[in-house]
Amino acid sequence: MRLEVLFFGVLRDRFGERETLAQFPGNSVADLVRYYRVIAPELGELWSSVAVAVNQQYSRASAPLQNGDQVALLPPVSGGSFRNIHAD
Amino acid sequence: MQIELVYVPIDAAAVLSGVKAGEDGAVTVFDGIVRNNTKGRQTRYLEYSAYEDMALDQMRALGAEAIQRFGVRNVAMVHRLGHLEVGETSILIAVASAHRGVTFDACRWLIDTLKQQVPIWKKEVFVDGAVWAPGEPFPAEIALG
Repeated sequence: MRLEVLFFGVLRDRFGERETLAQFPGNSVADLVRYYRVIAPELGELWSSVAVAVNQQYSRASAPLQNGDQVALLPPVSGGSFRNIHAD
Repeated sequence: MQIELVYVPIDAAAVLSGVKAGEDGAVTVFDGIVRNNTKGRQTRYLEYSAYEDMALDQMRALGAEAIQRFGVRNVAMVHRLGHLEVGETSILIAVASAHRGVTFDACRWLIDTLKQQVPIWKKEVFVDGAVWAPGEPFPAEIALG
């Protein structure tokens, strides 16, 4: 299937803003995360903390993908202002 | 309800005057500003970026939920994106209602919830390097599960 994939935050530094996968072989959100995890294993722990939006809706790992979907890979968000408790 | 992402300084006075009406007895404002350090490391400036369409949808949904959940009359949420200097406002939230108690509660809930789930990211540029803020873990209902 054909997917448009968007990257944000630290993932944008690694993959750029977006790419089109003309013939993605998988079926689910989990398959897509696994696909990029294999490409960039150096991102390590980040891969277990990302969320995924399919057509701008947060989606579960088991959610199916369909031809033409826009899928966004989202690192933990950090909007607002005050210091978050996990900063090091 | 005023919900916006902007690339220019936020006009707090305009947001405040826009959110309130004759029947309100209170407005609670949260003004989030860029701090000059992270744990002693000196910040030069911040870069905020967003998945803009989704962030606006999420902010509208949060505003509507705040009105329903807390019974407040009106909500304004404006987040700035792009390059921000120390001391500038990154987010302004204003909640108006007849009585003050619910405006405090709704304002606190809005900033806490926005920070967990609205797709906005912060890059911190220090005098000696730059990092993406690590962010908070996604809530269970949003995480991949």
